[in-house]
Amino acid sequence: MSKIHVTTTINGDEVEFLCDPRETMLDVLRDRLGLTGAKEGCGTGDCGACSVTVDDRLVCSCLMLGAEAEGKEIATVEGIATEEKLHPLQKRFIEYAALQCGVCTPGILVAAKNLLERNPDPTETEVRYWLAGNLCRCTGYDKIIRAVMDTAAEMREAS
Amino acid sequence: MQYHTPATFGDAVAIASGAEGVTRFLAGGTDVLVQLRSDLVEPDNLIDIKRVPGASDITKNPDGSWTLGVAATGAEMSEHAELGRDWPGLVEAMDLIGSTQVQGRATLTGNLCNGSPAADSVPAMFAAGVTVSVTGPDGMRQVPVEQIPAGPGKTNLAKGELISAVHVPARRAGGGDAYLRFIPRTEMDIAVVGCGVNLALNGDTITEARVALGAVAPTVVMVPDAAAAIVGTTLDDAALAKLSEAAAAACNPIDDKRGTIAFRTHVAGVLARRVARIAYDRAKG
Ligand SMILES: Cc1cc2nc3c(=O)[nH]c(=O)nc-3n(C[C@H](O)[C@H](O)[C@H](O)COP(=O)(O)OP(=O)(O)OC[C@H]3O[C@@H](n4cnc5c(N)ncnc54)[C@H](O)[C@@H]3O)c2cc1C
Ligand code: FES
Ligand code: FES
Repeated sequence: MSKIHVTTTINGDEVEFLCDPRETMLDVLRDRLGLTGAKEGCGTGDCGACSVTVDDRLVCSCLMLGAEAEGKEIATVEGIATEEKLHPLQKRFIEYAALQCGVCTPGILVAAKNLLERNPDPTETEVRYWLAGNLCRCTGYDKIIRAVMDTAAEMREAS
Repeated sequence: MQYHTPATFGDAVAIASGAEGVTRFLAGGTDVLVQLRSDLVEPDNLIDIKRVPGASDITKNPDGSWTLGVAATGAEMSEHAELGRDWPGLVEAMDLIGSTQVQGRATLTGNLCNGSPAADSVPAMFAAGVTVSVTGPDGMRQVPVEQIPAGPGKTNLAKGELISAVHVPARRAGGGDAYLRFIPRTEMDIAVVGCGVNLALNGDTITEARVALGAVAPTVVMVPDAAAAIVGTTLDDAALAKLSEAAAAACNPIDDKRGTIAFRTHVAGVLARRVARIAYDRAKG
């Protein structure tokens, strides 16, 4: 089967890869590019562990073909922190222990960051609905929601 | 599997017309990719229509009607404040589909052409009187959306045909629409029954109505008897009772783990009343 040549931008860097037409963006990230932050929880769009943004739009990378990345700007959890500094969301997640096994965490961080960029002052209900497609088997969600709400407040104060 | 990215609908039609085996179009991929990954359907040819210029546009026409591109996503529809003011029922039906992530990709046309009898946006499109442009080897025609579903997983589109645009009528003064579904959870589930209602008022009296039900028959269905039950009324209790009866009578559902035949039939009647009430209140403004 002939491979498809794709040029795309991932976390600000131009990236080229060859992929099989059946390969998902999640497969490409993990198996071809070594970006293993995005996780495969289900592979069917239900769990959100594979969340990335494409042109600032939150999507499941398991429901997108690698070939569809051509010319797009992709952002993954690997791009959230800088060399020396964690993102405020990451700091709060650690501080509040908003994770246990951590499988859901990269997807939740990407989703929460995207929410706060669109809406710096969400209500708790808005946060819960926004993250309804990010399943967590460990935390019971409460710490996650509190971490997102308090990060939002902190970022509003800082700006 | 061959992946194609035609630059025009004409090219997409040419590829689909000449293709052997199983062909699928790729809009948001939230059905296509699930089916591909679970080895239910592996298309021989997958034709991505998102690179056709304008495919994601949402446009209000000078006459007040709307043209929605076939790649416009649920998220883009929900973010369009004016579309939501004109067609709140259509937008809320689309918005019920999946999570934020799924909304970032899912389209009306994909929901329609996947052919699920439980597809949430489809009863709302039926009720709204949506038409679609079908482009094929013989050119383009505009058809009412009710003519597209043929049965579970099946459409009436012929080989080589695709949908190239979705047309939503102008919202006239004194009109309103609504959609509700029943699911056992509050999020992320498949409708046990879905109901869309669109109506127009003169004063307090309903002058026109369209009622559609999902998940109670092999396809989404229009229920003209339910519409007739409320036209000419002010949606009083007697009219609501007749509406419920007509909705229940139109049901030909399956028994499954989500709901029995008796339950779905009962819920169809209950939902129809609730949805009609919301549409009526919206029409009153
Ligand atoms: C986690 C999850 C939750 C979901 N929840 C719901 C829900 O609550 N309610 C619901 O109704 N659905 C739900 N779905 C199903 C799905 O998201 C919807 O049906 C969606 O609207 C499909 O749109 P799409 O653009 O992704 O379609 P695609 O997957 O791209 O395509 C679907 C079908 O439409 C055909 N098609 C696409 N574009 C065209 C065109 N222009 N012309 C002709 N044929 C075309 C394709 O060939 C394919 O057969 C869910 C899916 C997931 C993964
Ligand atoms: S792995 Fe993509 S949603 Fe679960
Ligand atoms: S921390 Fe384990 S799934 Fe969320």
